[in-house]
Amino acid sequence: MAAFLLRRTLQTLPILLAVALLIFLLFSVIPGTFASSMSDDGRSVIDAQVMERMNKEFGFNDPVHVRFGKYVAQLAQLDLGMSFRTRQPVAKVLAERMWPTFILTLASMIFAIAIGVPLGFIAALRPGSWVDTVSMVGAVSGLSLPKFWLGLMLMYLFALVLGWLPSFGYGDGGLRYLILPSIALGVAPLALLARTTRAAVLEIMNADFVRTARSKGMSERKVVQWHLARNALVIVLTTIGLQFGTVIGQAVVVEKLFAWPGLGSLLVDSVTLRDIPVVQGAILLIVLSFLVINTLVDVLCAIIDPRIKYS
Amino acid sequence: MLKKLFITTAIALVMGGVAEAQTPRKGGTIRFTAPYGSSFANLDIHTSNRAQDEIWAKAIHRSLYNWDAKAGKPVLELAKSATASEDGLTYTFKLRDDAYFHNGRKLNADDIIWTFNHLMDGAKAYPGARYARMIKGGVEVEKGQAKTISGLKKIDDSTFEMTLTEKVDPGFYFWTATTSIYPAEEAQKDSFAANPIGLGPYKLAEYVPGSRLVAERWDKFYKSGQPYADKVAIMIMGEASARDVAFRNKEIDASILGPAQYVAYKGDPELSKGLLEVAEVYTRVMGMNPTFKPFADKRVRQAINYAIDTDLIIKRLVKDKAYRATSWLPPTSPGFDKSVKPYSYDPEKAKKLLAEAGYANGFEFEWTATSNESWGIPIVEAVIPMLEKVGIKVKIKPVEGSVLSEVVSKGEYQAFIWSLSTGPDPQVALKCFHSKTPQTACNYTLFKNEQVDKLLDDAGATNDQAKKVDDLTKVNNIVFEEAPYWFFNYNKAVMAHQPWLKGLQPNATELAIQNYEEMWVDETSPAAK
Repeated sequence: MAAFLLRRTLQTLPILLAVALLIFLLFSVIPGTFASSMSDDGRSVIDAQVMERMNKEFGFNDPVHVRFGKYVAQLAQLDLGMSFRTRQPVAKVLAERMWPTFILTLASMIFAIAIGVPLGFIAALRPGSWVDTVSMVGAVSGLSLPKFWLGLMLMYLFALVLGWLPSFGYGDGGLRYLILPSIALGVAPLALLARTTRAAVLEIMNADFVRTARSKGMSERKVVQWHLARNALVIVLTTIGLQFGTVIGQAVVVEKLFAWPGLGSLLVDSVTLRDIPVVQGAILLIVLSFLVINTLVDVLCAIIDPRIKYS
Repeated sequence: MLKKLFITTAIALVMGGVAEAQTPRKGGTIRFTAPYGSSFANLDIHTSNRAQDEIWAKAIHRSLYNWDAKAGKPVLELAKSATASEDGLTYTFKLRDDAYFHNGRKLNADDIIWTFNHLMDGAKAYPGARYARMIKGGVEVEKGQAKTISGLKKIDDSTFEMTLTEKVDPGFYFWTATTSIYPAEEAQKDSFAANPIGLGPYKLAEYVPGSRLVAERWDKFYKSGQPYADKVAIMIMGEASARDVAFRNKEIDASILGPAQYVAYKGDPELSKGLLEVAEVYTRVMGMNPTFKPFADKRVRQAINYAIDTDLIIKRLVKDKAYRATSWLPPTSPGFDKSVKPYSYDPEKAKKLLAEAGYANGFEFEWTATSNESWGIPIVEAVIPMLEKVGIKVKIKPVEGSVLSEVVSKGEYQAFIWSLSTGPDPQVALKCFHSKTPQTACNYTLFKNEQVDKLLDDAGATNDQAKKVDDLTKVNNIVFEEAPYWFFNYNKAVMAHQPWLKGLQPNATELAIQNYEEMWVDETSPAAK
């Protein structure tokens, strides 16, 4: 396993470098700089001399290849640079926002897994039943709902009408503040997990080894536990890994709506204000999280299913 | 429309007066909102010029001057007096002797001098350099040719002299939060960026980046009896619909409204009772580049103004959350001429002017715009059929906000639509039309008019305040007649506030920026304790 982990770690390096290059080139090509964004709201004023000095201070007067060279050299020393906007190290800016995003994505995935997987399982065990129909209609609807709209509806219902939960904010980081944004973020992966689980279980139910187990007189409980669940779990785990990454990316909308101080809302502001070092750092961090989670999933799959080799 | 504006302003002032007449209550928490984004830049206000950051800075920091929203002018804040020399270039400031930083140290002249020198640090590109550059010797420090600003001289601990490069009112230069006075020694420590020490009515208690800033009462604040509330909590809420739910759910005390919400709140019998409306010092305009041949002709520019049914767009699209613009300067400006009538909606006159200019068959131009709902593509789309009626075709060039400011200041456009700051100082606002003002500064339409240049020079040289205002009014009227812009509207800022929140000020420079020490909550607030 150590060799597998080492190989996967080495594989992430070119991916990260390619992502860094892509973001760098993208922000070098698109017009607008941090200095020019200082007056983009039609309210704040800034003069040409300060803009010129900012461009110089932040290295915009250098050619693109020189800037990229400096950036890669920084990255090699694990230095993400300085934020134009906060004038603090990017690593510090990201560190302040990582925890809220982590707990939000974790909570939304726990919500999605806790409901989606059993729902898909039950639906598959009773295909064509009302449970199957209702859960699959719900799953399709859940996948189609725009997060922004869903978030607003949750706010309206649980905060304004019922008064059970706060409508926005981070508060003390406690559960009361976490519930609504994590549901808004978790509904889509829940729906996808329910559908994937159902499809996986249905496929395995028709497999030869399941039929053989039943014909040997194995109890239905044991068939489900030993053959269906274990085999379906590999597919479900892979989906969970992929969804984790997707959810981190989709947190942008939910964080902005619920005034949740995570990486997503930071990323939106940083793109708007052309705070390029923060954009680069945040995207690299999201990509890295995605790769780490999926590596963990691969390890787990191999543990669950001995047929899967680390090689 | 103007009559309506003055009535509204009067009501706002009376409402303010009513709030003042009530006895302010001590205690509780003011739950305010910062609506212009998902975060603050950092806790060093010298690094930011954005309205979003001024919202928190007003609680923690203070500048040499402050904006008096009711009087509509800058007033001394950290000084008791400012005496001008005969030539109007040197001011002697006597600092107040009851101003203490949040660490208990008394303000002195060294702090002021250090702050302005700090702002002019050329290696840092602080936005406040825009203002401190007005002090003699500031530019030399910015360029690294001098270590200290020669125009600042300490007389004693509580007195200093400031020499300016031009005869201007320093109040208009040193009231914004980006020129906040820092404690000289403490501000040089690394810890200052995370733990700002200011002179404001509240001191920092908690900051959760991207979420909120909470500040608690500074008991040694220099205004007797103020601040009233124990705490002010500023929630960062860039999303209007989320603010709407939170406001209706009584989780926040105030919220800035957009056009759609304005209609909904105005139509609600309860919510409409708590609306504060102010004509802000921002003018929304379409700029026309004279290097694009048709726009070099005044008749074409005027034709554009006649061809657009501006009132209809304000009513239907902006939902009356704006006042029709009748010049560059806003109605709250001393240089505003009430007698000037707006360009009427007259397509026939527009056609006639176009024919006289040699464009009887019209022409096509590219209009650069952002997606902003009040001064962006939605407005351009409404104008397109109106201009088509007189033969002018429009091609939209959509850009982001940060790109708009870049292309406009470089002149890389044929026409643009933007919201531009036109106050509070009329002299500064109109200087954008002096031929010596470069396009990169604010002469975006490369305006050139000898009469305007002379009037602006005269206004800058005179000590006679009445003559200055007269000259500036004339400039404003000439600009309106020359029509380098389509004069669209002045922003009507609207703040919804809960019935228990008192002491809000009708700040025409930016309604979201308030002096928190004047605000208080009564016993009906959920955060009254």
